[in-house]
Amino acid sequence: MARIGVFVCHCGENIGRTVDCHGVAEACKDVPGVVHSVDYKYMCSDPGQQMVKNAIAEKGLTGVVVAACSPHMHEKTFRRATAGAGLNPFLCEMANVREHCSWIHEDREKATVKAVDITKTIIEKVKRNVPLNTIRIPVTRRALVIGGGIAGIQAALDIADGGREVILVEKGPSIGGHMSQLSETFPTLDCSQCILTPRMVEVYQHPRIKLYAYSEVESVEGYIGNFKVTVRRKARSVDEDKCNGCGACTQVCPNKKIPSEFDCGLGKRTAIYVPFPQAVPNLPTVDRNKCLLFMNRAKGRPDTCKKCADACAKGAIDFDQQDRLVTEDVGAIVVATGYQLYTIGKDQPKDNLKGYGEYGYGTIPDVIDGLQFERLASASGPTSGKILRPSDGKEPKRIVFLQCIGSRDPQKGMEYCSKICCMYVAKHTMLYHHKVHDGQATVFYMDIRAAGKGYEEFSRRAIEEEGAQYIRGRVSRMWREGDVIKILGFDTLEGEPIEMDADMVVLATAMRPQPGIDALAQKLSVSYDQHGFINEAHPKLRPVETNTAGIFVAGACQAPRDIPDAVAMASATASKVLGLFANEMLEREPTVACVNEANCAGCFHCERVCAYGAVEHKDIKDRAGNVVRVIAYVNPGVCQGCGTCQATCPSKSVELQGFTDEQIWGEIQALGV
Amino acid sequence: MKIGYFPGCSLHGLSREYEESLKAIVAGLDTELVEVDDWSCCGASSAHGSSHLLGVALPARNLAIAEEQGLPEVLAPCAACYARLASARHEISEDPQLAGRVNNVLVRDFKNTVRVRSILEVLKGQIAGIKARATNPLKDLKVACYYGCLLVRPVQVTGGYDDPEDPSSMEDICKAAGAVPVKWNRRLDCCGGGLSMSRTGSVVRLSAAILKDAKAAGADAVVVACPMCHSNLDFRQKAMKHRGAWEGDMPVLFLTQVVGMSMGIDPKTLGMGRHFVSTDSVLARTAGTGSGSGTGTNSAAAVAGEVG
Repeated sequence: MARIGVFVCHCGENIGRTVDCHGVAEACKDVPGVVHSVDYKYMCSDPGQQMVKNAIAEKGLTGVVVAACSPHMHEKTFRRATAGAGLNPFLCEMANVREHCSWIHEDREKATVKAVDITKTIIEKVKRNVPLNTIRIPVTRRALVIGGGIAGIQAALDIADGGREVILVEKGPSIGGHMSQLSETFPTLDCSQCILTPRMVEVYQHPRIKLYAYSEVESVEGYIGNFKVTVRRKARSVDEDKCNGCGACTQVCPNKKIPSEFDCGLGKRTAIYVPFPQAVPNLPTVDRNKCLLFMNRAKGRPDTCKKCADACAKGAIDFDQQDRLVTEDVGAIVVATGYQLYTIGKDQPKDNLKGYGEYGYGTIPDVIDGLQFERLASASGPTSGKILRPSDGKEPKRIVFLQCIGSRDPQKGMEYCSKICCMYVAKHTMLYHHKVHDGQATVFYMDIRAAGKGYEEFSRRAIEEEGAQYIRGRVSRMWREGDVIKILGFDTLEGEPIEMDADMVVLATAMRPQPGIDALAQKLSVSYDQHGFINEAHPKLRPVETNTAGIFVAGACQAPRDIPDAVAMASATASKVLGLFANEMLEREPTVACVNEANCAGCFHCERVCAYGAVEHKDIKDRAGNVVRVIAYVNPGVCQGCGTCQATCPSKSVELQGFTDEQIWGEIQALGV
Repeated sequence: MKIGYFPGCSLHGLSREYEESLKAIVAGLDTELVEVDDWSCCGASSAHGSSHLLGVALPARNLAIAEEQGLPEVLAPCAACYARLASARHEISEDPQLAGRVNNVLVRDFKNTVRVRSILEVLKGQIAGIKARATNPLKDLKVACYYGCLLVRPVQVTGGYDDPEDPSSMEDICKAAGAVPVKWNRRLDCCGGGLSMSRTGSVVRLSAAILKDAKAAGADAVVVACPMCHSNLDFRQKAMKHRGAWEGDMPVLFLTQVVGMSMGIDPKTLGMGRHFVSTDSVLARTAGTGSGSGTGTNSAAAVAGEVG
């Protein structure tokens, strides 16, 4: 016979104001099987928990019902207390009389009746609860990091330094990400490459990091602690073992006019190329879309140009190299795929974005975006760090920066703030002032958002000491007259329209997640928002976890992030991963589906409806070892406890532990329906 | 195709040639215009400047009549009429309280089902037909397509049939007619609008800047789809000259006239003689359309001199 204890919480005034908690406790005393029923002001407090423990010991309870808040809030607390008193924790349940009752009702009398009903349903459920045991699954203690920008580099190094192996996958030919393209970084103006490249080399040389550059994640299977990841190692057409990075091949390549991705189209590269001198790994890659040999092969013509192969003393060029698929077992995954800039021209393929044709990006050569300005200002850039405009190579004496292009614009762009633009525009005005002493920098801004250590001081410095002219307002149109860019805007502080001339205009465009993030997120079963940014599990309390256990997120693929943020997030994911790897076995709640092997007919309806691929086939053999039946088996590591299989099973042979049909039926009956 | 037609005051007065050319081309495009019965003022400028409710109720009255006539959509060729009708439709659909008040004023059960179309939207949908019927393509004619303020804006009201900051539909229509749209910068600038009488100086300054830019871009003519723009750019050229703001003559054509010329319709039918600045230079450049309408334009220009 069940011996149930009921504990009704007032939650201070939260429940007590609308529900007669003492009345609820009294009413529950009459329910058959209830041997103990009390109320208390704060059940979750130490004395409250002690009441539960004492009652278990003194009254010999076989089940505990706590009528209080949502199980999300304190189920763990009370199950821990129950376990502390020697009772199986899964014999303790919460009756939610706060979120489901007191908070949403005003009539005290009716709310009290409802609270009694809610508590009674849970009493009936607990009567049918059986002791369950925590599931323990083994953990593969290696991590996969997707994306080789600063976030991915930091996460990989921290995990590897913590003693665990890391696979780092980067889709481009080199790691380094956008940070390697930057000239100097705010708010200290230290050289971006100088602080980044040592970390890139560290990744390459780390004994516990395996770097797969020019590779992409093909598929992901499995679950926390036990992922099986297939990585596509794209064909570089260069043998990594033979190549010594001498660069002879790139010098002889005849196709030298390809816009360089690293220089944002402002510089040129060859078809076989190393994206930048400090690339890691320092290996050339053949761009098969631009290489003459491959272009000829695509047209069915014989191979003509083999100049790179002839120039290579090591015989490392391999035109017949194929993509390779490699499989790796990992226990945790860090997603750090970074960002792209909003394309401001008219072409927004598939994205349904209208662009900003009125600014003439793509038609006026001297209208560039923020990353292009970084390349102009960078010593390794196409102009060797001189600020020269693309159209005629002259030094612009009047430069105008437009902030919030595509950001904070629900009509044509993104409604969110891209966060970094205020700071990098302030930095750009300083870099410009340092290089063009007699030039004038003007900034059109909506608001200055300089929240961060040293950030406000930095943007004030741009205005007060470095001579940048800040105009609060938007630009409506730009056009070219001769070699001058005419700007038509509005100064919202003066309340007057402005017309001005500029030699060059820099657009601070919105940050967006990388293209293809949706496909990757679907492979990983992590959710993403309407813009494609990966969702964190909780915006405040679980900022680097995703809602899929074992998958973490760092950097600008989660939201617009600057370098310090991205690095902090990356280190946070590393600490989460190392915490997960601290034990050989992983503990999970036992609320997973379980097949009744005697009844299962092996129809596998459950397999077809399972969204997580948790249902497997299991052979039932006779004594001679012959397979007599094939039935369903639910892998408890993969099962997420959604209960779809239970609802589907025609013979009722699969049940979700803790939520069996019998338990639910008991709850319904308690309502007297 | 049958479409409702709301002429508004301009197309029956100031810009009669707009209506004449519109009616001439729709016949060739297998489109029938069904005029809204007993239509009244759209309320442009004066009504919505004095009373918000009146500013919505006046256009709503016309839409309600169109609804009773069973017209699913109404073409308002005048940009101001289009803006008023489309704004009223938008506001009523967004605000149920306003919808109730408007219905009280109208004493009609207006369901707001009539879609409002601009001339650009309608002709854009007929581009294939325009191309097919361009028997007299305007090969040499360089045109500066001028949108002004209301044709493609605001985007909530227009439903976004064109980019509000960087539109292209008028250029597309002119290209279909065989004309060559020039690339220029003041396509969306203000012409001075309704200030033509009260602050002529402002109109002269603003409109002259538009004409100068069109001329600098090499345009033979400016193309408009708004009677107010047309009057400021065409009729006020004399005043611009008087004030030393503008030299030369820039013909200003309605979009419907450009399409009509491409179809080889007789210039008189298209109302080419009703302009203050002579359109002869345009007609001379387009083979086959002849240039026999000079007299009318000259006398109109003389009138402009007196007024300006």
